[in-house]
Amino acid sequence: MSTTTTTPSTETPTRRSFDYKTFLANNGALVGLVVLCIALVIATPDFLTGQNLLNIGIQVSTVAVLAFGMTFVIVAGGIDLSVGAVAALSAMASGWFFVSAGLPGWMALIGGLVVGLAAGVINGAANAYGKLPSFIATLAMLSVARGLTLVISDGRPIKTAPEVSFLGGNIGPVPMPIVILVLAAVVASFILNRTVLGRSMYAVGGNAEAARLSGLPVKRIIVTVFALAGLFAALAGLLLAGRLDSAQPQAAAGYELDAIAAVVIGGASLSGGLGKISGTFIGALVLVVIRNGLNLLNVSSFWQQVVIGLVIALAVGADVLRRKTRNS
Amino acid sequence: MKSSSFRRIAAVTATAALILAGTTACGRGSGDEASGPKVVLAISTLNNPFFVELRDGAQAAADEAGVDLYIVDAQNDSATQANQLATAAAGSTKAVIVNPVDSDAASASVGELTAANIPVIAVDRTVNDAKLTSLVASDNVAGGKQAADELAAAMGEKGTVISLQGVSGTSASRDRGAGFDEGIAAYPEITVVAEQTANFDRASALDVTTNLLQANPGVTGIFAENDEMALGAIQALGARAGSEVSVVGFDGTADGLTAISDGSLYATVAQQPAELGRLAIELAVKAIAGDDVEATVPVEVVAVTKTNVGDFSK
Repeated sequence: MSTTTTTPSTETPTRRSFDYKTFLANNGALVGLVVLCIALVIATPDFLTGQNLLNIGIQVSTVAVLAFGMTFVIVAGGIDLSVGAVAALSAMASGWFFVSAGLPGWMALIGGLVVGLAAGVINGAANAYGKLPSFIATLAMLSVARGLTLVISDGRPIKTAPEVSFLGGNIGPVPMPIVILVLAAVVASFILNRTVLGRSMYAVGGNAEAARLSGLPVKRIIVTVFALAGLFAALAGLLLAGRLDSAQPQAAAGYELDAIAAVVIGGASLSGGLGKISGTFIGALVLVVIRNGLNLLNVSSFWQQVVIGLVIALAVGADVLRRKTRNS
Repeated sequence: MKSSSFRRIAAVTATAALILAGTTACGRGSGDEASGPKVVLAISTLNNPFFVELRDGAQAAADEAGVDLYIVDAQNDSATQANQLATAAAGSTKAVIVNPVDSDAASASVGELTAANIPVIAVDRTVNDAKLTSLVASDNVAGGKQAADELAAAMGEKGTVISLQGVSGTSASRDRGAGFDEGIAAYPEITVVAEQTANFDRASALDVTTNLLQANPGVTGIFAENDEMALGAIQALGARAGSEVSVVGFDGTADGLTAISDGSLYATVAQQPAELGRLAIELAVKAIAGDDVEATVPVEVVAVTKTNVGDFSK
């Protein structure tokens, strides 16, 4: 999210303050992450160890994958409150396919992904064709998906297929969640930057009416965007279940807020048309590094919530600052 | 434009409500042929295996006693529970068993029930400022102490301990934590090096324990305020669980008991949720018949280790 703005501006009189402001505004999350890491390296010797960095990589995987899906939705000008519940439903459905329906593990894995995709398509259709605001449509899906998770599981954890558990394991020395995280980031980044669909998301989020008038199939784009968010949510849910060897009825509860926070910290605007996968990844890292650091420092759990809230407020402040610098 | 989209929302909402009402009614259909006294069980949440087991225990006892049991789930929302209790007060309900979402928030609704002379039995958590017929609960503070004793025994009464706390501010977390702190203080050679919340959640416990082990690699004991977190800690420990590091949980859920059998979990403090449910029904039946009932009925919490796990596994 960086390079273009760091080159010095030609307007000499305002150059210094202008550069400083723009740089901060466009790289706020990265600067924040670096400052956070430096502070933690000084505060505790346990932070900068290979194992701890690996731990952070594993811990960021779920929220980052969720947030990648959320990035599509927010770039396209919507919001998806259902990703946490859809993640739980997909994992639980996958567990059910394996344990109760007796499907082979790989089919249970794909079945879980299909459930997430379907939930996303329903979200998108309700938004694009049913004219429900995305906030309402996905709020409804949050409740329905969490409810269905409980119906399927009867409130109890279900064991996952070995293929799903593999997602949470290792290949050789490399943890699978990190591998999946990298793959998901590459795919998401490719979709957003290198495809017509990705460019259309920015267009729809920037100005849906203009996008429609210039001939973009806005409704179909919106359905695809939510479908992608559902699919990424399902992947995150399976990843989480894989790490625990079981699908939990309360898995990923409240994760939608982490995902939204990651996207916003990463520099996306909730009014749409702005956002990058790299930024979202940094945003997710900020959240996870804070939690990791506060654990390492044994900070009281009451204060942890305060700190995380302040970070989100700061990030949104940077968003406001960015729009100001853009307009001036 | 605006009003049409509003109408559409209203229509969708109404349809959804009707469908939901329809399915709920179908679900209840099986209860119709029962002619016994109607008892409402207002439960805080069925999202948690503990309360599911409590419900199963109550249902089994109700079937046996010929009680027509209506179960309502507040999904951990005090306002929902207040509505459900108001509905119970309006019907032909003979007794109400309430497992309050919040001990304070439920007191007004319970007051209305007792004013209407409907016996109210609180289960697992009490209702403050209410004329309860009876309270059936297990003692979390005593349980926390037992957990400390079990963990100390497993660690040879020396070493360092991590404590995983539940959702901040809940009574279960407070009581279990207080009991554990009190219990572990009796062992001068054991120090608690970190106390962090993992929100009673297995996934959080996995992450939090991984982080804490990074800062405290020499830990030999972990206490978790519920079994879900204990299982998350075991996941974080991998092969070290049960050999180098002893883990003690709380609740005695099915997964927890399995972990004790395979040796990864050293002990858990079992509440007996099914027993809580069964006793509540028994007390309700007594109260409806007009018999005297005890004001508080404590349900034993039991430390479960490998030696007695067979008595608890279902």
